[in-house]
Amino acid sequence: MSHQGRFRFQLYVAGDGLNSAQAIASLTAICQAHLPDRHEIEIVDVYQHPERALADAIFMTPTLVKLAPAPEITIVGTLSDVPIVLQSLGLAAVIV
Amino acid sequence: MKPTGTARAKGLAKASTGIAAFDEITGGGLPHGRTTKLLGGPGSGKTVLALQFLVHGATQCSEPGIFVAFEESPKRIVANAESFGWKLVDLQRKKKLYLMDAQPRYDLVQSGDFDLGGMLAAVAAKALETGARRIVFDALDVPLALLPDLPAVRREIYRLHSWLLEHDLTGVITLKSPADDPYFVNRQPLEFMQFMVDCTVLLSHSMVQGVSQRSVRVQKYRGSGFDESASPFLIGASGFEIAIGNTLTRSDNTVSTDRISSGIDRLDTMLGGGYFRGASVLITGFSGTAKTTLCGAFAQAACQRDERTLFICSDTSSAEVVRNLSSVGLQLERYISNGCLRMVSARNLTGSAEAYLVRIKALAIEHNARCVIIDPASAWSTSATDLSNQNVAGRLIDWAKRLSLTLLCTRMFDEMSRQIDGGPQLQISALVDTWIHLNYLIQAGERNRGLSIIKSRGSAHSNQVRELVRSHAGVTLTDTYTADGEVLMGHPALGKGTRRARCRRSCRRGPEASGRQARRRRGRARSAPEVTANRTRRETGEEGLAGAHHAKR
Repeated sequence: MSHQGRFRFQLYVAGDGLNSAQAIASLTAICQAHLPDRHEIEIVDVYQHPERALADAIFMTPTLVKLAPAPEITIVGTLSDVPIVLQSLGLAAVIV
Repeated sequence: MKPTGTARAKGLAKASTGIAAFDEITGGGLPHGRTTKLLGGPGSGKTVLALQFLVHGATQCSEPGIFVAFEESPKRIVANAESFGWKLVDLQRKKKLYLMDAQPRYDLVQSGDFDLGGMLAAVAAKALETGARRIVFDALDVPLALLPDLPAVRREIYRLHSWLLEHDLTGVITLKSPADDPYFVNRQPLEFMQFMVDCTVLLSHSMVQGVSQRSVRVQKYRGSGFDESASPFLIGASGFEIAIGNTLTRSDNTVSTDRISSGIDRLDTMLGGGYFRGASVLITGFSGTAKTTLCGAFAQAACQRDERTLFICSDTSSAEVVRNLSSVGLQLERYISNGCLRMVSARNLTGSAEAYLVRIKALAIEHNARCVIIDPASAWSTSATDLSNQNVAGRLIDWAKRLSLTLLCTRMFDEMSRQIDGGPQLQISALVDTWIHLNYLIQAGERNRGLSIIKSRGSAHSNQVRELVRSHAGVTLTDTYTADGEVLMGHPALGKGTRRARCRRSCRRGPEASGRQARRRRGRARSAPEVTANRTRRETGEEGLAGAHHAKR
């Protein structure tokens, strides 16, 4: 099942550690591969904006939140396991 | 070993928990600005203890707190804590306490490694906002279990450690203890957390003979002395209640030389004035020997002196006791209605000896009692191990002395031979100051009650066995008539006249002389033709004496 709408992501990372870098890289790669020009990524560093973590109830980092299209999906981790990510995002059918 | 002096004197600041006995065990509380690990199985009370620590900090020490809940939702925790009367909602509103819902989502999708950075950032923000000084991570094993491998777990623990140091918070981490969590069997337990915790407290909750026993133990405390033994506790109406172990010092209490009445004049005389104030008195005897009557007499005497009294009846309901006592002329209702006497029926009080002790203490303090009666005190010996039994008896007596309470306990003897194998049960008799024993004497077809004072420390007490006589008018002791060295009670000693008359006669006799000879002489000189007595003697073939008896008359 493929979606035609724009994907909006929020990626919460904790500082610039290894996990954060990996998650950013991984997400960027996935988006480039499967959602070229159809995505928006907002990266939130919880160390710099801790109130965001509190407000959005983010306790584990990195955390990816897909805001659009519905439904809202939350994935925790560095996103290194790509098939799981794709499946959760509903992009599995678009496997390259 | 007990640490002495204030916590700060030793250089290590301590954060008080508000649980008096716990603060005493640890010499002031948990290490301030450091981390404590709280280990225990399910239902052992970790969350309660941690929460109580925060509540105390928020209300009494001006230290707001944060509770990070990994296992339970904050709403549930607040609701469950309502019964303790801690007013959590109020504290939350005033920003003295913040409960953070950090439960992992059930629909969590995980891809790759993660860390707890987000949580720590969020908590830091909150701590800054509220000025929190205390923090609890409840069930930290839950998020750690989600981490992919052991190195990740270790890394996160290091992260938590540096974070706590950086923010100078007094932290409490609760974890399921290794034995109870099967997950720990597979993974290296979080034992290596040892490096970061300065204090480890273990809570255990076990069943002994079907009775729940809880105990708390400080396993380690860097930089401080602490009481190393396990202390029993229970979770009571307002939170943790811990019983302190045997204290070596009892130096505070002043010893009194006042005497208070036992409720029976003649018994007071036998005791050399009455019970000492602040003494512990044990009344033993078989079932039906009038132990409760003596308790009632003591209660009445105490209330007549306007001394608040607590009467705990473990065998029957208090209403029944009052009714039964009124049949022997002890009217306790008026003292109950004016509030001087409080009767508590403890029949349904199940639980360990500890639970019993804690409840008794609480009741006594609540009632502001000066006299405490426990009838019978053997109710707790059916539960719990023998060791804690004896311990409890000793602690009860110690506590009563510390507060200068006069303590009256009764205990039933099943058989004297139990002394050999029922060791701990009877050792309470070695601890008390006064021991009065009631028994039956069967003579000439009658069963009469005899009272004797086995010991009374500090008093020159009578060594006679007296008959305890109860009637509608009241309770009293009589002298026993002796004939040829044989103690006679009841009708054999009575002859003509009613029992009451005999009481009057014996009361008129004046101060008792010592020794049986004098008594016997008096008895013979006075007694009216004691028909039954004579008959007895005739039957035993002592006619000569009978004749002599009549002659003297």
